Amino acid sequence: MTRIRRFEERLTALKDAGEIPGSIHLCNGQEAIPVGAARALRDGDWVTATYRGHGWAIARGVDLVGLFAEMMGRDSALCGGRAASPYLSDPGRWFIGENSIVGAGVPVAAGAALTAQRTGSGAVSVVSIGDGAMNQGNVHEALNLAAVLDLPLVLVLENNVYSEMSRIEDMVRIRQLAERAAGYGMPGRVVDGNDCDAVAEAVTEAVDRAREGGGPSIVEAMTERLVGHYSGDVQHYRPAGEVAAAREREPLARIRQHADADLTARLDAIDAEVTAEIEAAVTAARAVPFPDPATVKEHVHV
Amino acid sequence: MSESLRYIQAVNAALAWALDSRTDTVYFGEDVALPGGPFGATKGLHKRFGSGRIFDTPISETGFLGMALGAAMTGLRPIAEIMYADFSFVAMDQFVNQIPTIHHASNGRWRVPLVIRMQQGYSPGACAQHSHSPEAYFAHTPGLRVALPATPDDAYQMLRTAVVSDDPVVVAEARMLYPTRGPVRTDAPVEPVGGARVVRSGGDVTVVAWSRMVSAALDAAGQLAEEGIEAEVVDLRWLNPLDFDTVAASVARTGRLVVAHEANLTGGFGAEIAARAAAECFADLRAPVARVAAPDVPMPAAPVLQAAVVPEAAHVVAAVRRTVGR
Repeated sequence: MTRIRRFEERLTALKDAGEIPGSIHLCNGQEAIPVGAARALRDGDWVTATYRGHGWAIARGVDLVGLFAEMMGRDSALCGGRAASPYLSDPGRWFIGENSIVGAGVPVAAGAALTAQRTGSGAVSVVSIGDGAMNQGNVHEALNLAAVLDLPLVLVLENNVYSEMSRIEDMVRIRQLAERAAGYGMPGRVVDGNDCDAVAEAVTEAVDRAREGGGPSIVEAMTERLVGHYSGDVQHYRPAGEVAAAREREPLARIRQHADADLTARLDAIDAEVTAEIEAAVTAARAVPFPDPATVKEHVHV
Repeated sequence: MSESLRYIQAVNAALAWALDSRTDTVYFGEDVALPGGPFGATKGLHKRFGSGRIFDTPISETGFLGMALGAAMTGLRPIAEIMYADFSFVAMDQFVNQIPTIHHASNGRWRVPLVIRMQQGYSPGACAQHSHSPEAYFAHTPGLRVALPATPDDAYQMLRTAVVSDDPVVVAEARMLYPTRGPVRTDAPVEPVGGARVVRSGGDVTVVAWSRMVSAALDAAGQLAEEGIEAEVVDLRWLNPLDFDTVAASVARTGRLVVAHEANLTGGFGAEIAARAAAECFADLRAPVARVAAPDVPMPAAPVLQAAVVPEAAHVVAAVRRTVGR
């Protein structure tokens, strides 16, 4: 979780310094969800995320230098500067990747689940979306499809209260989005998304069920965004004090609130170690050359 | 070995070949398994290959095309069927943002060996939402291969080529061609992607067509020959990759060009051919390039109204006469 948080904070600084072009969408405050979910996964399990997916990439073990270099528009080992922050992927880490169209990862993740099912690989496919994506038609289509085909798919719904810049409560007439699971004939449960152990327990249950042929399910993880929808979002739409209150409840602060002296010292050590690791990755990413413009037409067709 | 097959039977034979020769091939879409497809394209395949290989999906084009993409990225070779090409528009995110982009966006690390099979064009009484010829939308999108077989043999050969390709390929058949019969080389080696074909030689004018308009162009050429006008007919076959060399070589021989398609005129792929000809064949052209296309109206359902908009051989004949100055 610390690695993801420091990564996102470092990205913000790089963005402010003009080293990263384009929009970035950060997951500060939501780190417990990908980290908890990753505990349920093995090598070979597929993960699909959204443009707010850096945390999922890191939790899946995607190389930090590649991530920084990709976002800097450099010739990264991930996507060679063609995907940047919102569309990066890494087949080597079974990370199908992000998607910059809201909800579009769910049908793709269903496809990975189909491969797992038809080849008998025993893999599962986990896809993360935000609360706003639950109102996209592609998500509905994919969930119904996954249900009727009994696909080994787990939807991790990161409910961070805001669908882009509008409150989710203004966009739906149900209290919890996981209630929709019943409409697809699949299990749905709600967990505290700021509690890494709770997320791990719920996703493990869903993943185990999927792996055993029990079909898809939804885990709705309740969380809060500590930052705007995108870099540069001043969040004028959020009530005064909301972000400050969220900082009391966010996963990293929560651990420290209950930490004794020993744990605090360990957390400080982790922080120092991670900060150094991140800084080294930034330095290495800066050394990655920019892509050769002469290659821009490559990889349109095999 | 050559068999006489109807176009739709050639499609069925190609799908059977694909499912038979590669165990990683799966086929899905609406009503394709037990029902055998609305036109019989998948007749008998479910019985032969079972639900593990060929299965029905809910009516959810975005959902199952996205599923096809994810399956193609992770190790299967899916063939997804869009029942009517018109229904591709409800899944345009898949056609534009998703399927064609990931190979490039990943710097080549993902491959998408995916075929989207559909049929298009008008048929008597079919309304505006079952009569589109959307090939230009697909050809406009980088990363999609676009195949439009005009004969039973090409329906067989080009679909097999698409299945073997590691790129996403849209194979758009013409519904009106389904009953047509012709020789099909069932033992031919799989062809590489691409390649236009001169299907009739002639020295006075080049007529470039694809899909159903190839037979209309050949009919027109037969009529024109009786008037002493020799039309060379080029079946473009693939819009991506576009084999413009074959077109240019023909125009170099004839000096005149007519492009014929069933899709609407404005922004149709004929405009692309005309623009390329203007840029690359200017010195060879002795007359302005003519286009034969449907006028810019949604397709009406009544056959008498359809007859007022659907391009046929007579329209090609008229365009050629204008082009050769008769």
